[in-house]
Amino acid sequence: MSGVSVVLDRLRERFPGEVVSTHSNFGDDTALVRRERIVEILAFLRDDPELLFGFAMDLTGVDYLGETPRFEVVYHLYSLERKHRVRIKVRLHEDDPVIDTAVSVWPGIDWYEREAWDMYGIVFRGHPNLKRILLYEAFEGHPLRKDYPKAKRQPTIGPEE
Amino acid sequence: MAEPVDIRTSEGTPDLQAEPMRINIGPSHPATHATLRFHATLDGETILDLEPEFGYLHRGFEKESEAATWTQVIPYTDRLNYVSPLMNNVGYAMAVEKLCGIEITERCKYVRVIISELSRIIDHMVCIGTNMVDLGALTNFWYFWKPREEVYKLIEELCGQRLTTAYTRIGGAMADLPEGWTDRLLAVCRGVIPECIADVNALLTKNRIFIERTMGAGPITAKDAVALGFTGPCLRAAGVPLDLRKDEPYLVYDRFDFDIPIGEAGDTCDRYMVRMEEMRQSLRIIEQAVAALPGGPINIDDPRFLLPAKAQVYENIEGLMNHFKFIMEGIQVPAGEVYSATEAANGELGFYIVSRGGGGPYKIKVRPPCFPLFQGIPHLVKGQMIADLIAVLGSVNIIAGELDR
Repeated sequence: MSGVSVVLDRLRERFPGEVVSTHSNFGDDTALVRRERIVEILAFLRDDPELLFGFAMDLTGVDYLGETPRFEVVYHLYSLERKHRVRIKVRLHEDDPVIDTAVSVWPGIDWYEREAWDMYGIVFRGHPNLKRILLYEAFEGHPLRKDYPKAKRQPTIGPEE
Repeated sequence: MAEPVDIRTSEGTPDLQAEPMRINIGPSHPATHATLRFHATLDGETILDLEPEFGYLHRGFEKESEAATWTQVIPYTDRLNYVSPLMNNVGYAMAVEKLCGIEITERCKYVRVIISELSRIIDHMVCIGTNMVDLGALTNFWYFWKPREEVYKLIEELCGQRLTTAYTRIGGAMADLPEGWTDRLLAVCRGVIPECIADVNALLTKNRIFIERTMGAGPITAKDAVALGFTGPCLRAAGVPLDLRKDEPYLVYDRFDFDIPIGEAGDTCDRYMVRMEEMRQSLRIIEQAVAALPGGPINIDDPRFLLPAKAQVYENIEGLMNHFKFIMEGIQVPAGEVYSATEAANGELGFYIVSRGGGGPYKIKVRPPCFPLFQGIPHLVKGQMIADLIAVLGSVNIIAGELDR
């Protein structure tokens, strides 16, 4: 399927060393990229006149426990002008689950990054307010990790001081 | 005439109060509707800063889904946006069908359009009705509750439940439309719904009190709305005509004639106007969809995805085995990842699904439309009055079920 997509071609052309692999399975254009220049890549996707991905629709983590690298950060972008979508994925190692924040590219991605931190323990370097969002500060662990037992109990908390 | 009293000194520093006041709104406060909480920093009645907090309704939807079969996830999706659960059912079923490469029947596509648009109407009615309650206009709420009840009767007839519908199945629906259902649907769509919309319209749209109260409350520019990831009526009220029913037509939306209303200022008044017009457009779609509703089966003919008929289960061993495997192991979905988005009542409802093959999902991420909208609340109300927070919050229509998951 590669070579059909304008978006993926453009991305490969601009960042030949950063794009690890691409696919368009099920009609969803997808690129796996390295994490080092992720902010630059995302800013390019937003600003390039052929791409114009103005919307950061979604960001989440995935835990592929048992694989190396273990974690994946997944961005879903949408372009209002071009009516196309792309999925950008970055793999992160278990002992270093750190990636640069994209808040400077889309302010709306702020809370998605907090949720990925909350649920998977992925650290977004440079994030202005990286704290738990759905869970409470005293919660231990990151519940969407595959090694977090579904039935695990957490200590009950009282009112804040 | 008395001069207005200026509480500030000429230097512009507050005279009566030396420090900004921090107050807590919610999580159980009648005007926050759901379990939402705000830390507000106020100077008098002006909001200097606002920090939203949520998660009180977090049930671990995604964690639960990872331990369920594909079909068992459907009832969980009811609890996302519980004001229009049928739309969540449709969104989820479409995502899994994309992964399986299933093309559902023509009849099913039309039925899904009809139930989605019905849901959109009642969702907007709840939004406008409760928004007006907060602003002290209770009558509109009752005017909208009447048609909403009629729609719930139709939904109950359709799937046996009013709220927790779980109507769709992978590859179809749990049952076809009951006999005479479309006639009763049309009677409601031509009778009580447009009547009540007209009543509320007459009470509000040219009501000077309402207009002055809501115009300019919580505005947003198109540029900011896009940057914050707004979708749905809140984005369209800011003047951006993004609607997936037109931009990425799914099901059979490209066969209908309907318009996408947009606003200009992106304020509470525009959000109200957009929702009112969307309800009328949804009625247009339902009329056209019922007129063109094809016959034939509602489910695809594929034993890999749908339960065998009861007669099969009771009378032969293959049917019984299929039924058992279907329930115990779940339908077998190929490995892969998809993102599927639909235009729900509040905006883009996306499902990102990862499958590694087998009977259940490896990961499901819901992109709830409320999430970026709630994030944008401080942007909407900073510098405005605390009373406007209540007006804005209602007009943005935050549903904690899908916000917290």
